[in-house]
Amino acid sequence: MTLDSKIPAGPLDRKWTTFKNNAKLIAPNNKRKFDIIIVGSGLAGASAAATLGEQGFNIKCFCYQDSPRRAHSIAAQGGINAAKNYQNDGDSVYRLFYDTIKGGDFRSREANVYRLAEVSAAIIDQCVAQGVPFAREYGGLLANRSFGGAQVSRTFYARGQTGQQLLLGAYQALQAQIARGSVKMFPRTEMLDLVIVDGHAKGIVVRDMVTGEISTHAGDAVLLCTGGYGNAFYLSTNAKGCNVTATYRAYKRGALFANPCYTQIHPTCIPVSGNYQSKLTLMSESLRNDGRVWVPKRREDCGKPPHEIPEEDRDYYLERKYPSYGNLAPRDISSRSAKEACDDGRGVGPGGRGVYLDFADAIKRLGLSTIQERYGNLFEMYENITGENAYERPMRIYPAVHYTMGGLWVDYHLSSNIPGLHVLGEANFSDHGANRLGASALMQGLADGYFVIPYTIGEYLSTQFGKKVDPHHPAFEATKKDVLERTRKLLSVQGTRSVDSFHRELGLLLWDKCGMARDKAGLTEALEKIPQLREEFWKNVRVPGSGDSFNQSLEMAGRVADFLEFGELMCLDALTREESCGGHFRTEYQTPDGEALRNDELFAHVAAWKYEGEGKPPTLIKEPLVYETVKLATRSYK
Amino acid sequence: MNFHLKVWRQNGTSGTGKLVDYEARNIPSEASFLEMLDIVNEDLVSKGEEPIAFDHDCREGICGMCSLTINGVPHGKDRGVGTTCQLYMRKFKDGETITIEPFRAGAFPLQKDLAVNRGALDRIIQAGGFISERSGSAPDANALPIPKPIADTAMDAAACIGCGACVAACPNSSAMLFVSAKAAHLNLLPQGKPEKDRRVLGMVRQMDAEGFGNCSNYYECEAVCPAHIPASFIAMLNRDYTAASIRETTSATA
Amino acid sequence: MGAAITSSPARRNPIAAWLLSSIGKKTIVAVTGTLLVLFVIGHLGGNLTFFLGPDWMNAYAKHLRELGPLLWVARIGLLAAVGLHIYFTMLLWKENQAARPSKYVVKNTIQASVGVRTMRLTGLVVFAFVVFHILHFTTRNIDPAFRTYEYNLHGEEVHNVFRMVVVGFSNPLVSAFYIISLALLAFHLSHGIASLFQTLGLTNKKLQPVFQIAGRVIAWGLFLGFSSIPVSVLLGFGR
Repeated sequence: MTLDSKIPAGPLDRKWTTFKNNAKLIAPNNKRKFDIIIVGSGLAGASAAATLGEQGFNIKCFCYQDSPRRAHSIAAQGGINAAKNYQNDGDSVYRLFYDTIKGGDFRSREANVYRLAEVSAAIIDQCVAQGVPFAREYGGLLANRSFGGAQVSRTFYARGQTGQQLLLGAYQALQAQIARGSVKMFPRTEMLDLVIVDGHAKGIVVRDMVTGEISTHAGDAVLLCTGGYGNAFYLSTNAKGCNVTATYRAYKRGALFANPCYTQIHPTCIPVSGNYQSKLTLMSESLRNDGRVWVPKRREDCGKPPHEIPEEDRDYYLERKYPSYGNLAPRDISSRSAKEACDDGRGVGPGGRGVYLDFADAIKRLGLSTIQERYGNLFEMYENITGENAYERPMRIYPAVHYTMGGLWVDYHLSSNIPGLHVLGEANFSDHGANRLGASALMQGLADGYFVIPYTIGEYLSTQFGKKVDPHHPAFEATKKDVLERTRKLLSVQGTRSVDSFHRELGLLLWDKCGMARDKAGLTEALEKIPQLREEFWKNVRVPGSGDSFNQSLEMAGRVADFLEFGELMCLDALTREESCGGHFRTEYQTPDGEALRNDELFAHVAAWKYEGEGKPPTLIKEPLVYETVKLATRSYK
Repeated sequence: MNFHLKVWRQNGTSGTGKLVDYEARNIPSEASFLEMLDIVNEDLVSKGEEPIAFDHDCREGICGMCSLTINGVPHGKDRGVGTTCQLYMRKFKDGETITIEPFRAGAFPLQKDLAVNRGALDRIIQAGGFISERSGSAPDANALPIPKPIADTAMDAAACIGCGACVAACPNSSAMLFVSAKAAHLNLLPQGKPEKDRRVLGMVRQMDAEGFGNCSNYYECEAVCPAHIPASFIAMLNRDYTAASIRETTSATA
Repeated sequence: MGAAITSSPARRNPIAAWLLSSIGKKTIVAVTGTLLVLFVIGHLGGNLTFFLGPDWMNAYAKHLRELGPLLWVARIGLLAAVGLHIYFTMLLWKENQAARPSKYVVKNTIQASVGVRTMRLTGLVVFAFVVFHILHFTTRNIDPAFRTYEYNLHGEEVHNVFRMVVVGFSNPLVSAFYIISLALLAFHLSHGIASLFQTLGLTNKKLQPVFQIAGRVIAWGLFLGFSSIPVSVLLGFGR
C-alpha cells in the first residue's frame, strides 16, 4: 500500500491556489442532496458544520457533551497565530510557515503547513466578523502578543480565554445553522463505530448517552473532528471526556493512524499534588512572555522559600541554555529542560517535581497593574488551586501532557485512506509534525473547518453522485451488532476493579515509559505490560448499571478499553522511531549537550499504522516527507 | 477530611428523587469537589452500588458542564471562586454535612441524579445569539476599529460559560443574566448592530417560551456567576428589548 | 423536548407580544411603581404641612378638593396603577412559581437583600394598609365623626383635616399600625426604587450601586417623613 498525499504540483506558495482553481465544485442545487456526518463540535467540528451547513449541505453533528459549546477547544487560553503582520515586525506567511515547520522539527508536510499559514489571516477576519472580542489597543485596532517558538508578535488573544471565544464564535455560527435547519445537532451522543459500505465510510454507530439507545446514521461522507488522545496518560490537561474512541474505531475499520508517538508535553502546568488527582491544569504559555523560569543552582537550596535564594544561586536554565529564545523556547525543549533540572535533584515543591516561574522582575519592570491586566485570571486560578499568591512568590510549574500531534493519516484534502472519511483538527496528524508551537492548535482547527474542508470535500462528493447509501445496507446492522456486543461484554465482566483504576495504571505506565523521554528498554517493557493490563481489564473490570440508561461508568469503560489498545500502538510507534524529534525524545538519540538528534536519512517520514486484526501486529506504512522548499536543518533555539 | 453527604438521587427524567446519605472518608484537603465525588463513586463501585451521576468535563472552570448546587448555592459559589470543579475541599470544615442537589429549573429537565439538560440555553442562542456571517467573506479584521472600552465590555459579557448557574440560583429560575450577557456581547460590537433588534426580540421570546421565570432583580445570578457577569447587562437587555419592541411596532405599521 | 425556535418577528401583534413577554410585564410593574413612588413623595409633601399648623394643612386640603374632576382623574389613575401593579406582579409570580416545579431541599441566598426577598409580603401588607388609610382619612368610614370636623379658614368653613389627623393618631394602636406599615413600605421601596431603574434599563454598571443606595435613602427618608406625624401627635404636638 502506498500513500498518495495528493499534494498539488507547482511552487509551494501556489499549491493551494492551484488546488482551488481546479477543485471540483458541487452546484448549490446538488449540495442539499448530500448528507454529511460530523463527529465532534470543537473548533474544527463546529466551524466545519457551520460552514458546510451554510453552503447548503445537510449536516448531522454529534458531540458527547450536553452542548456543542463545551468541546475542549474552549479551554485553550493563550491565543491564535496569524500571519497578519499588524505589528510590522517582519512577519509573513512564509515566516509563520517556516516557524511552524521548524517548531514541528521537520516532521510535518510542507504543503499542509504552508496552506495553514496562508489561510491564517482569513481566520482572524472571519472571527472578528463573528464578533469574537479579541484584545484591542486604544486606537481600536487588534493587539498581539508574542508566543513560544517565534520571534515576531503574531498571536491574537481574548484575555486568557481565546479558545473559549473562538469556540463560541463557531458555536454561534453552528447554532444559526441549526435554527435554519441545515444542521441537526445530537448532543450527549457518542460515536462508537464507523460504518464502512463497499470500502467507503458511509455512516456511524452512536450511543444516546441519556437513554442508552444504540443507533446508526448514514451519510455521504463522515468527518471526524474528535480531538486528540492525550487522556491515554490519564493525567493530562484534556477534559475528562476526551478520548480516542472515534479515531481508534476508525483505525480498526481500516483508517491509518499516523505518528501516534508524537505527544506534546506542555511546560507550564500546575504540578501534581496527590494520587486522587483527576486532571492537570494548564497555565497559559503566554506566562512565559514575562515570567522567568528557574531552579536553585544547588540541590540543598530546594527546600528553602524562594525569596531566600539569592539571585546568584538561581539557575535561569532556559536563558542560560537558549540565550536568543530564553524563556520562550519551544514547548518540547522547555518541558524537557524542566525534567532534566528535576531529575538532577533541583526540582521544587512536593516530590521535587516543579520549577519556578517568577514574575518579580516583570512586576518591577512593568508594574503590578500591567501584570494583573495581562494574567490576572491565571494568577487567580493558580491561587485557587494551590492556595499560593503568585504575585508574592513564584509559581511552581511542571510539564503535563497537553496535545497530541499524531492522529489519523490524511491527504492534502483532509481525507483519510478510507474514501469518504475526513479528519480535521487535532484528530488528524497533518500540520504540527513532531511538536506543535503555541497558539497554532486553534489556528489549525479553524483553518480545517472554515477554509479547507469546504473546498476539499467536493473532491470526494463529486464522485458520489447517484451513489446514495442505503441506510438498510447490512453493514449498518452488522456494525451496530458489534457495538452492542462490545457493550454487553463490558457490562458482563462484573469484576472487582473500577474503570478509573485501570485508566490510572495505564496512564502512569505511559507517562513513565512513553512520556517526556523514552528509551528502548522502557518501551519494550510497556509493550509487555499493556497487553497484560488489558487482559486484566477484560477479566476484572467492574462496570455497574446497565447499557440502556444514563451510565457514566459504561461510557468511561468503553473509552478506557480503547486507550488500553491504543497505548500499545503509541509505544510501538515510539519504539520504531529510532531518533529524537520534537516531542518524541529517545534518550539513546541525543547530541552531546542533550538536544534531540534527528535521523533524517531513515526517519524523514510519516509513520502510518494499519490495523491487521485482533492479536496481529499492525503494519507500518511510510509516507516519505519530501521537502521541496525548506532545507532540513538542526533545530536550534540558542 | 471526612464529610457527611446528602446527595440527590433520581433515576431518569420522570421518576421522583430523594436525598440519600453518604459518607466521604479520607478526602485530601487539596482535592477538588468533583475529585471528592470521584472518591465517593470509586467507593460505591467497589461496594457494587451505582455511582452518582454528575456532569463534568474540562475540570478547569471553563467548559460550563459541571452543575451542582452545594448547600443551596450553585457551584458552592459562597466558598469558591468559580465553577464546582474549581471548588476545593479545604474550603469545607472537617466533618461538615454537605447537601448536593442538581441545578433545579423547569427549563432544565433532570437526566439522572445531578445531571440536567440545559438544551434550552442552546435554543436561546439559536433564536438570535449570533452574527450572520458567511465563512470567507469577511473584511480585513482591522478594517473596523473598535474602541478598547467597548471591546473590553463586550469581552466582559462574552465571558459567560453557559453553565446555567444563574438560572439555578434565581428564586424565579430566570435566565436573564445568560440572555443579557450574550445579547450585550453581540449588541455592543459594531458587527452585531445590524441584527440587534432581531436578536433581542428572538432571544427574549425564546427564553419566555422555554419556561424560564421572570427577573425580579434579586441579583443572586450575579453572585453565583463563575464568569463574574454583572447584572447591569440585564438593564441593558431590558432597555434594548423595549426599544426593539417600539421599533417593531412602529415599523410594522409603516 | 424543549420549545421550538421562535421566529424572530412577532407572530401576533407586536404590542401584545411585548405586553405578554417577561420584560413587558415587568416594565408595566416598574412604570406603575414609578407613578406610585412619585405619588407617595407628593403625598409626603402635602402631609408635612401638618407641622405648619391647621391653617396651612386645611388650606392645602381645600386646594386639593377644588381640583374637582382633575382630582378624580388622579384618583382613578392611581387606582389603575395599583391594580396593574398588583395584577402583573401576581401574573409574574405565578409564572415564577411554575418555573421551578421541583423545589430545592436546601436553598441559600448570597446577596439578595431583605427588601427583595419580602417584596410580595410587604406589598400585600402595604396594600391592606392603603385600604385602611383610605377608609380612615379619605372616606372616613372608620370613625364617621371625622366627617363632622369643621375649621374656619379665613372666614370660610372647611373640613378640619388637621384635627382629624391629631385625633386619628392620638390612638396609639392606630399610630403603631401606621408606623409599622410605613416601615414595610420603606422595605418595599428600598428594593423597588433601585429596581425601577434596572427594569426600565436606565442604569449601568457604574450607576447601579448609586441607585441602590439612593433607593434606600429615599425609602427610609419617606419613612421618617411620614412617621414623624404620628410620633409628633403621640408626643403631644397639635393637641
